Parts: sequence; structure tokens; C-alpha cells
Amino acid sequence: MLGRIWQGRRIPLAWLLLTRQPVRLAVALAGIAFAGILMFMQLGFRDGLFDASVTIHRLFDTDLVLISPRSSSSVSMAGFPRRRLVQAMADPDVEGITPVHWNLLLWRNPDTKATRSILTLGFEPADPLFTDPSLAPKAKLLQDRGRVLFDELSRPEFGPVAEWFRGGRTVESEINGKKVRVAGLVGLGTSFGADGNLLTSQETYLQLLPNTPPGSIEVGLIRLRAGANADVVVERLKRDLPDDVNVLTKTGFIAFEQNYWRSSTSIGFIFTLGAAMGFVVGCVIVYQILYSDVSDHLPEYATLMAMGYRLPTLLGVVAREGMLLAVFGYLPAYAAGQGLYLLVRNATQLPVSMNLTRALTVFIMILVMCMGSATLAMRRLGDADPAEIF
Amino acid sequence: MAAMVRLEGLRHSFGSGVNRRQVLQDISLCVDAGEVVLLTGPSGCGKTTLLTLIGALRQVQEGSVHVFGEELNGASRAARLKLRRRIGMIIQGHNLLRCLTAEQNVQMGADLLQGLSYRARRDRSREWLRAVGLSDHLGKLPHDLSGGQKQRVSIARALAARPQLLLADEPTASLDSRTGREVVELLKGLAKDQGCGVLMVTHDPRILDVADRLVQMEDGQLSKGAFAIE
Repeated sequence: MLGRIWQGRRIPLAWLLLTRQPVRLAVALAGIAFAGILMFMQLGFRDGLFDASVTIHRLFDTDLVLISPRSSSSVSMAGFPRRRLVQAMADPDVEGITPVHWNLLLWRNPDTKATRSILTLGFEPADPLFTDPSLAPKAKLLQDRGRVLFDELSRPEFGPVAEWFRGGRTVESEINGKKVRVAGLVGLGTSFGADGNLLTSQETYLQLLPNTPPGSIEVGLIRLRAGANADVVVERLKRDLPDDVNVLTKTGFIAFEQNYWRSSTSIGFIFTLGAAMGFVVGCVIVYQILYSDVSDHLPEYATLMAMGYRLPTLLGVVAREGMLLAVFGYLPAYAAGQGLYLLVRNATQLPVSMNLTRALTVFIMILVMCMGSATLAMRRLGDADPAEIF
Repeated sequence: MAAMVRLEGLRHSFGSGVNRRQVLQDISLCVDAGEVVLLTGPSGCGKTTLLTLIGALRQVQEGSVHVFGEELNGASRAARLKLRRRIGMIIQGHNLLRCLTAEQNVQMGADLLQGLSYRARRDRSREWLRAVGLSDHLGKLPHDLSGGQKQRVSIARALAARPQLLLADEPTASLDSRTGREVVELLKGLAKDQGCGVLMVTHDPRILDVADRLVQMEDGQLSKGAFAIE
């Protein structure tokens, strides 16, 4: 079978048409690769943003989340009565709860003394907070007053806290003008909303923010019995609890945050538009290349038609040219995309990385771009009148 | 046996209205299998137009053109295309594919043959290139070939598709007398051995002797002087 196909093969006309003009081919590939890189970057930033906005959200050890209906995103969380969380305990499927305080506080860089807002979570050190089991022993350190756990993945603008701490120094600083001491390091990660993170006990938190209304929390974590259906419990809690609280699943909580960045800010639109521009630029380049290629070879195509080659055969040649351009333009774009993602990760600590979906999306975009241009360029083939070659 | 090509009352004109110009007027002509017919006449008298009509490259306007017994007047695009595969066309401007080597160009002709393996088609291409004396130039691009060599590649390409009818427009124009003679002998041999019909437009007085029949054309008409050589 394979032998038959091998023996049935024809002159690889598309390949030869492209490669016998190496300079033009190089220009075309550079153009396509550039468009691909543009799309990779813009889509990478966009997805990275959405991923980064929920770095913390993903870490919580929880099945359901209570938030205030007035909360719009992680950077503006409103409080709700802690009583609601306790009420939720009454549900037979609820196994455990963790009240969490959540706010952006001003942290003073211990080195430069400059202040910068940092996301601070206050919780009862004995309560489970994150799924990561390494947190529990460190949380014990928070039982002393004025102690915080510092996220070592925070941006460097917060000061060389991690280095100093590892070096054995006692690291002290101020939050909202009150002195705190770093009791340990955790690795959480930054997001678009928060450049750094702090964990502290509820007691310390209330000291740092003495104006917090008593009995008010920003986030309530609810853990369910094994085998309980989260969606059913959400419905039940929504029915049983008053309207001053919003019940979400963990996925819903993540979606709530992402949706804010996607729809309530211009960021998602800007990056999508950027990717679209890359696509259009690519289309123009490939169309130019294929169109001039077909125009240049028009007499030759006419000759082939005079010899008895059918139009679909010739269309196939142009289509294969488009296909080859897509594949060979994509490869360098992919490689450059990987490199640039690495660069962005190092520079911004944002979780921008190549994933299969994006790799495929960009490939399909490039393929559509090349095949679309090929189709447009093919219209020229209809002009190839075999009688003209005489 | 029916003639391979039979033209009856063929007329053709270009343009429309005031600019309308009659190129062919009432042409009637036959080419039989195995026959070599030479068509001569001053330039601009419509010889090439006649070839393109017989070669199914142009829509017939008026009159009747039978090729292999099929009427071309009113024939569909697909039917004309199918017919073209059986006709070898040697074009003055040779129109080789610039991106292909001499051998690959000829193989584009051989590739039209159905059911042959790649190797068989390639061998066939090489054979024809040898026949036109280009076996040393298989891997050269048209760019590196002289005008005469290109012309011969184009002849090999037409022959590699195993045509039953050969239409040639000035096949010896850019060849020296020796290679010109060789090529013409080759075409004549093809006609005699394989029963291929050959219709050749030429100005070259050196090759008139190969013709079975000589046809003169003037102002879109075949002149009365048309005669058989023998």
C-alpha cells in the first residue's frame, strides 16, 4: 500500500516552487513566524493574566466559598457577617469551615522603607487554609502576636525579605504603621491584583486593621463531607442563608475572579485585539507572497493547463504551498514563543507558559491564515488562459 | 479510418464591433494518423490561432473541428481538457517551469500518464531527454540552458506524455540546422512508428522535405497551392 503511494508520487511542485526562491521563502517564513509570535505573546499574556488573577484562589482547601455580594474582585473584597459561615455548619453535608480575612494592606519595604500594598489573609492558625500540607506547621508560628508568613514569590519591590530571613536575620517591618515580624516563608505566587502575599493570624490581622467591624469576614471556606454534591449544597445554602452572602463553588469562586478581569477591565479585550492584529498582519504577508507567486508563475500554470492538468490539480499546488508555509512558519514561532514566555516568567513572575490549547490555537490560526490567503490567491489561477501562452 | 483532425468551414475572429477582425476564414483541413503536415505562411496569417483551436485551447466560434472524432464546437471545458491530454503541444515560448530541472519538466509531461510508477515515468522522461540529445543536462534548471536546449526540453516534455496528435509551433526556430534536423526526424519517426499525427507550423525551409503534405496559409485562408510533396 505504502509502496503504491510511493510509486504513484508526482513531482513535489509546491515544495519546489517555494524552495527555488529561497530569499522570498525566507521573507515569507519570517513574516508568518512574526505573526505567530505576536499571537503567542498576546494570547499568552491574556491567559497568563486570567491564570495569575486566581493564583491564590486555587490554593484554598475548600469546596464552597462564601463571599459578600458586594465583593467585585480580589482587590475589592467586602465583608459579610461571620455568622453566615457558622449557620452553614448546620447543613448536614458541611464538614468544616474556615473564616478568612482578606485585604490589601500597606507593607513597608524593610530595606528601602518604601510602602506598597500587599494582599494579606488573616485566619485562625489552627484552621486548614490551603491544600498544601506544608502550611500547617508554619501556621503554628502565627500564634504569637504580630507574626506574619511572607510569600517568597512576592515581587522584589517588597524588599529582600526572603534572603534576609534565610540568612538568619530577624526581619521586621511595618504594616499600616504597626510593627510585624516575619515568622516564616511560604511560596504562593503573585497575581495581577496582588504583587505579594502575607499570611497572618486573625488576631494579628484585627490588630493591623482595628476598624474592621466585629464579626465581619471577607471569605468563608466551607469543606464538604466526602461524596457530597457541591452544586446541591450550594443551592441549599442559597435558599437557607439570607441575601447578604453569596455562595459559590471553588470553581465558581475562580470564575468569579477571572470574569472580573475578563469583562470588567479592558485588559482581556486589549490582548485579544493584539492577537487579532497579529493574525491580520500575518494574513497580509502570506497573501502578498502567494499572490505574487501565482502571478509570477501564471504562464507556467497556463502551460500545465494546456498540457491537460486540471484546475483542481493546480489549486492543490497552491493549497500545498499555503500548507507548507503554515508548517514552516509555525515552527520558529513556536520556538520563539517558548523563549519569550521564559523571559516574561523571569521578568514578571506571571505564570505565562506554553500549553497545548494555545499551541494548537496559534497553529490553527496560522493554518487558516495561510489557507485563506492561498484561496484568495487561487482566484488568479482562473485567469490562466492556456491559449495565451502561444 | 477517420481522420485524426478534420476541420470544416472553420472561422474565427477576435474583438467585437468595429474592432472585429476575422483571423480564420472558412478553413477546411484534414490530418490523418501517421501523417506529417507542415503549415507555412507569413506571420500573422492565423497559423497559431489555428493550432490553438485544434489543440482545444480555444473555444470554437464557427464551423466544425473534429479531433479524434470528437466535435470541439460547443464541447465543454472538461471535454476539451480531457482531449488535451492526448495532444502533445510544442510551444514557441517553450514555457518550461522555471523551478524544475530539465528532467522534472519532462516528467511533468510523463506524470499525466495514468497507472505508471514513479520510476517508470522518470525513466521515460530520461529516455526522451536522451532522444533530443540532452542526457548530459538532466539536472539543469531552465535558467542554465540555452534557448535551443530549452526548446528541446519542451519537445521532450510534449513527447513524454505519449500524445496521439502532435501540434508544434516553430519547433526548430531556435535550433541549429543539425539539431533542428534531428528533432524533425524524431517527430517524423514518431508519426511513422506510432501512427501519431503531426501538424507543424514552420518558416524553416530546411525541414520542408519531411512533410507528407505542405499547406500554405495566407490571410486566414488555406491557399490553393496546398499540395502533397510526394
